Amino acid sequence: MSKLDLSVKIGNLTLKNPIMLASGTVGYGNEISNFTDLSKIGAIVTKSVSLKPRKGNPPQRIVETPSGMLNAIGLANVGVESFIEDKIPFLEEVNSTVICNIAASSIDEYVECTKLLTDQKVIKGFEINVSCPNVKEGGLIFGNDLNSVGRITEKVRAVTNKPVIIKLSPNVSDIHSFAEAAKKEGADAVSAINTLVGTSFDINTRRPKIFNITGGLSGPAIKPVALAKVLEISRKVDIPIIGIGGIMNWKDVIEFMIVGASAVQIGTVNFINPNAGIEMLEGISNYCEKNQIKSISELTASYQI
Amino acid sequence: MIIENAVVESIKQLEEKTYLIKARSETLANSLKPGQFCNIKVNNSTFPLLRRPFSICDVENDSIFFMFDVHGEGTEILSRKMFGDVIDVLGPLGNGFNLDDNFDTAVIAAGGIGVAPFPYLIRKLGGKKKMISFLGGKSKENIIEYGLKNLSISTDDGSVGFHGNVIDLMESNIERFRNEDVKIFGCGPNPMLRALKDFSIKYNFNCEVSTECAMACGFGICQGCPIEKTDADDKYLLVCKDGPVFNVKDVVL
Repeated sequence: MSKLDLSVKIGNLTLKNPIMLASGTVGYGNEISNFTDLSKIGAIVTKSVSLKPRKGNPPQRIVETPSGMLNAIGLANVGVESFIEDKIPFLEEVNSTVICNIAASSIDEYVECTKLLTDQKVIKGFEINVSCPNVKEGGLIFGNDLNSVGRITEKVRAVTNKPVIIKLSPNVSDIHSFAEAAKKEGADAVSAINTLVGTSFDINTRRPKIFNITGGLSGPAIKPVALAKVLEISRKVDIPIIGIGGIMNWKDVIEFMIVGASAVQIGTVNFINPNAGIEMLEGISNYCEKNQIKSISELTASYQI
Repeated sequence: MIIENAVVESIKQLEEKTYLIKARSETLANSLKPGQFCNIKVNNSTFPLLRRPFSICDVENDSIFFMFDVHGEGTEILSRKMFGDVIDVLGPLGNGFNLDDNFDTAVIAAGGIGVAPFPYLIRKLGGKKKMISFLGGKSKENIIEYGLKNLSISTDDGSVGFHGNVIDLMESNIERFRNEDVKIFGCGPNPMLRALKDFSIKYNFNCEVSTECAMACGFGICQGCPIEKTDADDKYLLVCKDGPVFNVKDVVL
């Protein structure tokens, strides 16, 4: 049998395999590289970068829930300037495909950030975070509004030739319309889903367990929701989808691809097993061999309904 | 930092809610410093989903010890481990206590299960420094004397030892160490650490405390465990990576 081809294409971006490490779960690469070989991963998506540094929310930022976790980090990040100066040199060393995630509280800020970073050689594409549930301005205010998602895509598209991926919120009733809006304005792909808004209260103090009151739910608890959202987009919109939501093992990767994902991002699992992505590659390869799949991309949207 | 499968050698119930687990983990045992911690996955299931952070309690040859109170599903599962079971341990994490400072007397200040990191510290300082330990708890069953030396005890309800909190106990014993080159090592609930900070500033003692905060990863990628710096309000430190041990002067407790 000829060699299995694990590479996937997202627009004009080719990844050596479909496993990407999700934004906010790998920092800027340095800490996780103690545990995993980033050069073997499909791509890493940086922690959101905003124009100015952001301090993020006070503690408590994290609480565990059944088969999931809520986080309200509040987009804590070093800002564009320090990202370029202090973080990019490491990313240049690791020989991995780097997607830069951008967060902002105004359309102009998205544009400005992308402009400042588009000439950085190591950045192979941008993921635009229009769906962070944990900040007052930006985030969901944009992610829930069809016009804003369209306008942000259009404006960011205009200032970079690199692939633009719009990260969609699941906290909407018709996610495919948002994918359609992104596609119409020139996005190369969408990633779905960001976290679901959730909360958790202490029954003794009757107070919220996280400072922000609500947080973003991630982990295996959200996988069925994520799969349904990916399937919805896949059936209605012709745009590459990066599937995200509670992936814990290689079977989950395959499942996301079957419902329509061209690639996937793994997030929460990195906190538990920072080498999980590479470990999944073996399972994926075995599955493909068993099922006589020559190229992993054959799996994308191969659902039988 | 590594992930190692540690093999349980023994588990002891020290008090109603408190357990001490000993596990063989050669690589970790030979790389851990007092005050560092490990992040443990208690089973292979998605419930509980995340690892649980535990201070390293002691190290003996190729074995590591963790002391913990059962207060949720994760610690409940851990308390039921048996000889030969494997636990998935990620570590060493954090920076540990600084033992290179100039001091002749180590004063240990612990509250409840905050006693956990001290047996190893005491082992490391043994024969080199004079040691005085103070341990406070709500009641008798919260007093775990394991591994402590030259110990004075307080309880909030007076069921054993001094009737009051551990800082008041230290005040009442101040003549034992106020004129010596002291370094205080503290660990316990936040209100106690705040009082300990005030106490150490009042007497001008060098003081390090081991802090805690809910976290997911333990090594800096989740950004889940911020702690406020004393001298700057533009960014937080992370308990996992910049701590969990801090000089009391550097952080807002």
